[in-house]
Amino acid sequence: MSITIYVSGDSSAISLGANRVAMAILNEAEKRDIDIHLVRNGSRGLYWLEPLVEVEVNAGLFDADFINGGTHSLALGATEEIPYFKKQQRLTFARVGITDPISLEDYVAHNGYKGLENALKMSQAEIVKQVTDSGLRGRGGAAFPTGIKWNTVLNTPSEQKYIICNADEGDSGTFSDRMIMEGDPFVLIEGMTIAGLAVGATQGYIYLRVEYPHAQKALNAAIKKAYENNYLGENIQGSGKTFNLEVRLGAGAYVCGEETSLMESLEGKRGLVRFKPPLPAISGLFGKPTVVNNVISLASVPIILDKGGDYYRDFGMGRSRGTLPLQLAGNLKHTGLVEIAFGLTLRELLYDFGGGSASGRPIKAVQVGGPLGAFVHESQFDTPLDYEAFAANWTVLGHGGVVAFDDTVNMAEMARYAMEFCAEESCGKCTPCRIGSTRGFEVMDDIINNVDREKNIVLLRSLCDTLLNGSLCALGGMTPYPVLSALNHFPEDFGA
Amino acid sequence: MTQTNTPSKVIENIITALKNQPGALLPILHGIQDELGFIPSTAVPDIAKGLNLSRAEIHGVISFYHYFRDTPPGKHTIHICRAESCQAMGGKALESHVKAKLGIDYHETTGDGKFSLEPVYCLGNCACSPALQLDKEDVYGRVTPELFDAIINELGA
Ligand SMILES: Cc1cc2nc3c(=O)[nH]c(=O)nc-3n(C[C@H](O)[C@H](O)[C@H](O)COP(=O)(O)O)c2cc1C
Ligand code: SF4
Ligand code: FES
Repeated sequence: MSITIYVSGDSSAISLGANRVAMAILNEAEKRDIDIHLVRNGSRGLYWLEPLVEVEVNAGLFDADFINGGTHSLALGATEEIPYFKKQQRLTFARVGITDPISLEDYVAHNGYKGLENALKMSQAEIVKQVTDSGLRGRGGAAFPTGIKWNTVLNTPSEQKYIICNADEGDSGTFSDRMIMEGDPFVLIEGMTIAGLAVGATQGYIYLRVEYPHAQKALNAAIKKAYENNYLGENIQGSGKTFNLEVRLGAGAYVCGEETSLMESLEGKRGLVRFKPPLPAISGLFGKPTVVNNVISLASVPIILDKGGDYYRDFGMGRSRGTLPLQLAGNLKHTGLVEIAFGLTLRELLYDFGGGSASGRPIKAVQVGGPLGAFVHESQFDTPLDYEAFAANWTVLGHGGVVAFDDTVNMAEMARYAMEFCAEESCGKCTPCRIGSTRGFEVMDDIINNVDREKNIVLLRSLCDTLLNGSLCALGGMTPYPVLSALNHFPEDFGA
Repeated sequence: MTQTNTPSKVIENIITALKNQPGALLPILHGIQDELGFIPSTAVPDIAKGLNLSRAEIHGVISFYHYFRDTPPGKHTIHICRAESCQAMGGKALESHVKAKLGIDYHETTGDGKFSLEPVYCLGNCACSPALQLDKEDVYGRVTPELFDAIINELGA
């Protein structure tokens, strides 16, 4: 009987040598004449343990050393029993790290396409109602209620409508979109198909950042299988409904994650942000009503349609319903993916899951919510992970990236970097951002070099004020979050 | 790489194959860069003609996106992550080491044409910082200066 062994094919696992491990296992098994079935699964998200080798244990079956369960010094026991994993609530990530990502059979055997099956029996309004009832809010950053967006597109008459999946995942410190696309691409395809049915769109695009070639491969392989098995294309599963799906690549512009810039890019133009209104839901891609949703938002739809909006809504706190896949990164001992209901505190996340800093030094600051998120100070670590609680602290939950820094970080340099990043990535459409960020970078240089420090700090605050109030989009509008939070919480790094 | 075709033939084929897609410009530019490693300036008039756009528009798009390049890259391209998570794990020291080792700065190519160096703002490998990408598909995590040296030595640096 063949032994099933899992070595992740996730690109982060590969970055730590998973391909070499997989090769070594295959070679060794052949040498010892052991019949193995090697599955390149997604990652469980326990990145600090990658490359992780999992063996389907059928006690007493094997004699090869590493298959011997508890005897090897590196053996960890059942993955499900590792507290980091066991304490999570995996709804969106239910299959990631467990199935063969591009096996449709595996997907269906693990409750895949149940949501679509239900959706095909519902009216469009009923599908939208399930999503509205779930309380799902956009996981791409702005936390806008997904059901409301879909409803607008549903109620805007048009012969052609579009579903766009925003897979630009430009936020540093985040990788949950990548893990879904590499580790369970069918769940995204299913979510987009349901979105198409719900609003009456027959064409979908996944706008994928070019930095994710492994995700591109997995998505294209899965899309091909979905077409071959009538889960995409015309007359889906005999329903008479059509949905076509295509992956399009970005080209290394952070601003193209902003939804209107993204649509410009998909239309083949420079990624200049559009004025709103009109909303994309009314006039979006090629001027047609368009749903733009983040990967995680769309990948959460199948379980909502499978188990019902109420099931999903019962997780979470306040107006933050369901689960949030958090991504622990930077200077933490146990980096990785933690999907859990809203409501846990940041401190619990950093210490109970993250295990504290990797360096063993005190954690000084944590940037939550990507490069436009505020630096969170120790005194704020007890804030629950909840959109409103974070907003009340002038912090941002965003796409759920959590990057920890130990006490060797200089916060003035982080503020300078934030300005530099904004200058580098600005689309140039509005003056506060285009000129203000470059000016901000120069001002930060002077502050760091102790040139007219006090005057320059006044200038920095006034620049931030202009950016906050005068920018067309959140790139310019939120760069003050990291800058001012660094200045306000860590004045000593600015020479105070 | 299409061996038998000249670059201009390659470009023509790509334009013909893709120009009727909605929003064809980015797929065409990707197609050309995938085949040739960069987008030669000689391609611009052909693309403009194929898509019925002005040369200025094509040029504007190429220059807007960091990923597209109009000069040939070295044999290998190294993308170093400059973003926050990698900074928190020694990314800046790695960056200095790489620049010193190769003797080039960002957007440059070594004299022997072997390596080009580019910055990148996150590779989605933040749980394994600091990270870098070699050519298109090889991502490395927890990269130390020693590991970097080993990687490029293997490539015959
Ligand atoms: C500068 C900038 C970059 C953004 N980058 C992304 C991104 O990479 N991925 C994403 O899903 N949303 C990004 N967004 C948010 C999108 O504009 C939009 O709100 C989101 O795609 C909507 O999907 P959701 O409601 O499912 O979150 C960005 C916004 C801004 C201003
Ligand atoms: S804030 Fe910056 S990125 Fe956003 S529209 Fe203005 S110039 Fe473009
Ligand atoms: S911040 Fe470097 S890989 Fe994400």
